[in-house]
Amino acid sequence: MKICRTLIAWFIATLFILTIPGVSLAGYDYIDITQPYLKKLPIAVPYFKKISTVDDTDQLSRTLSDLLSDTLDFTGYFKIMNREAFLLNPQTDAGFANVIFHDWTSIGAELLVTGGVLVKDNLLEIELRLYDTFKEKLLVGKRYKGGISDQRRIIRRFCSDVIYSLTGDRGIFDTEIAFVSTSSGTKEIYICEFDGYNIRRVTHTNSITLTPAWSSDGQWIAYTSYARGKPDLYIKHLKENRGTVISKEGINITPAWFPNKFDLAATLSFSGDPEIYLLTGTGKVIKRLTNNKGIDVSPTWSPDGKKMAFVSKRSGTPQIYIKNLDSDQENRLTFQGNYNTQPSWSPKGDKIAYASMEGGLNNIFVIRIDGQSPIQMTHNEGDNESPSWSPDGSLIVFSSTREGPSRIYVMTGYGTDQRRLLTLQGQQTQPKWSPRMTQN
Amino acid sequence: MRKKIWIILALAFIIPGLLFTASCAKKAVKDDAAMTQQAEDEAAMKAKEAAEKARQEELARQREIDEQRLKDEAMMKQEAKDMFLNEDIHFEFDSSILTPEAQLILKKKAEWLQNNPESMSTIEGHCDERGTSEYNLALGDRRATSTKNFLVDLGISASRLTTISYGEERPVDPGKSEDAWAKNRRCHFTIN
Repeated sequence: MKICRTLIAWFIATLFILTIPGVSLAGYDYIDITQPYLKKLPIAVPYFKKISTVDDTDQLSRTLSDLLSDTLDFTGYFKIMNREAFLLNPQTDAGFANVIFHDWTSIGAELLVTGGVLVKDNLLEIELRLYDTFKEKLLVGKRYKGGISDQRRIIRRFCSDVIYSLTGDRGIFDTEIAFVSTSSGTKEIYICEFDGYNIRRVTHTNSITLTPAWSSDGQWIAYTSYARGKPDLYIKHLKENRGTVISKEGINITPAWFPNKFDLAATLSFSGDPEIYLLTGTGKVIKRLTNNKGIDVSPTWSPDGKKMAFVSKRSGTPQIYIKNLDSDQENRLTFQGNYNTQPSWSPKGDKIAYASMEGGLNNIFVIRIDGQSPIQMTHNEGDNESPSWSPDGSLIVFSSTREGPSRIYVMTGYGTDQRRLLTLQGQQTQPKWSPRMTQN
Repeated sequence: MRKKIWIILALAFIIPGLLFTASCAKKAVKDDAAMTQQAEDEAAMKAKEAAEKARQEELARQREIDEQRLKDEAMMKQEAKDMFLNEDIHFEFDSSILTPEAQLILKKKAEWLQNNPESMSTIEGHCDERGTSEYNLALGDRRATSTKNFLVDLGISASRLTTISYGEERPVDPGKSEDAWAKNRRCHFTIN
């Protein structure tokens, strides 16, 4: 019922999106996605102009413009400019429709977002525009109509268009992050939106629950729980009350969904030894993927599903290996350090993030899949674990004890802009970034 | 004249003495018999009592010994059980190899399992907090499995032994010292 209503509201909102004439196709040359954080783009987001005379529009226009700049800031691509430096009053015409570009280039703003807000009968109408101030060009112009409660979705939708026009990728604004938290006293799985907003609890096992993993369509999560007294693998639909439990003898752990299929890899030890298997989403073993006495654990798939990285102790210490599923060949990837675990294959397919332990503490590293030049992302800030890429490959979410208890942090794929995602009672671990929930 | 006096004196002493003696003797004979009888009865009674008392004491002593023996046995049994339950085996970091100390302890555990053939046991594999959670779940599984295999090799039926890995999820010592970590790298036994 709720979903239905939301859908209708969104449908209405979408109906009213107008692409403003005169928008030219951007060449995606604003943000060099191979080195996007070396130079942050200075962007100005003045308070949106209120078009209606309703009293609380003032507050709303401030809230919306703050939300927009926070949302853009989250990507790490921008330098959000201080509003005190702005030369004009946003409530004039020049604040929205008739932009005087010189006012912005003279303070160094390369991009500008203006907005107009109209509130009528509890309905919200927003028009938002992205300008290139130096080229004096409108890059994105959209008008949205919806309920007051749709404001987050509207802002995220526009930000998605902004990022698309600048990078050619839709970004991460319709994604979520699953993680483990001890807020209730036991380890349970929670989900929040990409920016830490709207936290909700997913499991109520009153036991140890670990390692959430998203299916490619974002509809299912797989995780390990001791709900029945031992580590079993649960496959659960997030909206409907259905799923499967894989409860073989020994451990049933570390699920990793196969790209775009209802299959997943997981570690099972019913044979007497932890090995990685390919399973159907209903829990049937399709085939065994590793065959080596000793620990094989933590699979992660290349985006094309042709390769799988995993952790093995076959050389004496835990190291990351890559298995080519066509040739059955397995090659060791990591040679630096004595304890490399938790591989996470990047969505672009060219890198693997992992945790490397030295002196009892883990740090996040990113290595190319040819094994060249591992780069350390975290330095001397507690224990850093469980890296997971955002679906556009721009950000990495991970857990860290840098402020005492373990919490969830986000950084860019190059290790910059490290910040805490959320504050919650207890400790938070094992974050996993979802795929995109809607296909734009 | 003097002779006469001596005789008279002698008679004066002797006659009453004789008389006295006679009467005395007669009476003594009669009393003696009675007394003997009584003494015999008393002695017999006393002996009987003593025997009874001794028997009772012996019984009590026996009972006490039995009780003590039972108590001792129960205590030893409990001690053996407690030891089975409380004595963990420990591992080196990132290792599931059984150390010589661990093997000695496991031999005692096998003995206990042989003496208690009706008991089923679960072997919990644990790790210290260092390292990562997923890998430690696998390592705890390896520790529990190698422990189980050792007991099976000592003749314990595999069907009596279950394994479960808790990885780093249930430390006995939450500390962050080498001491705490060493305590946490363990296999712990429970009786089902």
